[in-house]
Amino acid sequence: MTEAAYRLPGSGQSGVCTAGPADFLVLLKPRVMSLVVFTGFAGLLAAPGSLHPVLAVVAVLCIAIGSGAAGAINMWYDRDIDAIMTRTAARPIPQGRIAPGNALGFGVVLSVGSVMVMGLAVNYVAAGLLALAILFYVFIYTIWLKRRTPQNIVIGGAAGAFPPMIGWAAVTGDVGLGALTLFAVIFFWTPPHFWALALFRNGDYEKAGVPMLPVVAGPVETKKQIILYTVLLIPLALTPVWVGVAGWYYGVPAFVLSVAFLGFALAVWKDDSDRAAKRMFGFSILYLFAVFTFLIVDTAVLDAFKVTG
Amino acid sequence: MSDKMTDNNDKRRYVSEVHRRQNSKNYAMLAVLGALVVLFYVVAIVRIGGAG
Repeated sequence: MTEAAYRLPGSGQSGVCTAGPADFLVLLKPRVMSLVVFTGFAGLLAAPGSLHPVLAVVAVLCIAIGSGAAGAINMWYDRDIDAIMTRTAARPIPQGRIAPGNALGFGVVLSVGSVMVMGLAVNYVAAGLLALAILFYVFIYTIWLKRRTPQNIVIGGAAGAFPPMIGWAAVTGDVGLGALTLFAVIFFWTPPHFWALALFRNGDYEKAGVPMLPVVAGPVETKKQIILYTVLLIPLALTPVWVGVAGWYYGVPAFVLSVAFLGFALAVWKDDSDRAAKRMFGFSILYLFAVFTFLIVDTAVLDAFKVTG
Repeated sequence: MSDKMTDNNDKRRYVSEVHRRQNSKNYAMLAVLGALVVLFYVVAIVRIGGAG
């Protein structure tokens, strides 16, 4: 008998969970988490007012854990299609390293824990928004929309747009116009980001029966929609300047980056191969990191002027 | 005879691998619980101090 014959799937026949800590870490989708943490932190810094550094760390930690927990529940629900898609087949549940029930329990405990800690340590508005983001991602996006409509990531993208608003609410205790502008930037960035991915992973989504736009409407319509959203993103990326959340240290680079993003979208339109879509997907991640980095830099500059002025 | 020995060796190797992973998971859990104790203590001190 080979060693493989003893490999129990997750908490298989013996009832013993065989997964290591690294497997549970993968359930939290660390790469998505890094983007969520960064935008949440930027929202926290951009908000008017101040928060004790310890409470700020707790707020960012809760956003990170809450986002990871939603990711774990998503992996529990999507375990059937994850096993089919090349991009996700190596995840711990389809690989049998974590039993589905364990992943669900892990996600639920972390979701409840992160919301409770946010409420008790920071404030109830931030906790409420965190709970709303988790519930939206799990019930609206994962369970309801993802397998039903090509608009899945348009509406579902709202879940990923919550972090800066949560960071903002952690400081102010409410949701201001400034927070909504940061929400809008991520909300309109999400569709072109995911559609670029879906263009070169089309076969994967088709095989799994996920109705992403390229699967349902084809690449030409997807490319049109990508251009539409990147055009809309140009004025939207400047709204934080118009409402006074940020100055031109943010505005100028955000404008340049948004125009470059549109340039990548136009390259996708012209290119019949996957190359431009892959490039655009890579740039979209850089775009969001860069835009929020400039927001942080701008906030620091504005604060410095306030101190010296 | 030889098959049975290989079988036992595989089984032993599997069990020790499972124990190793369980051990590392237990240590990770201990670290998380310890960190939470410290975090709650610090948050309590900060909140008592009037922040937030």
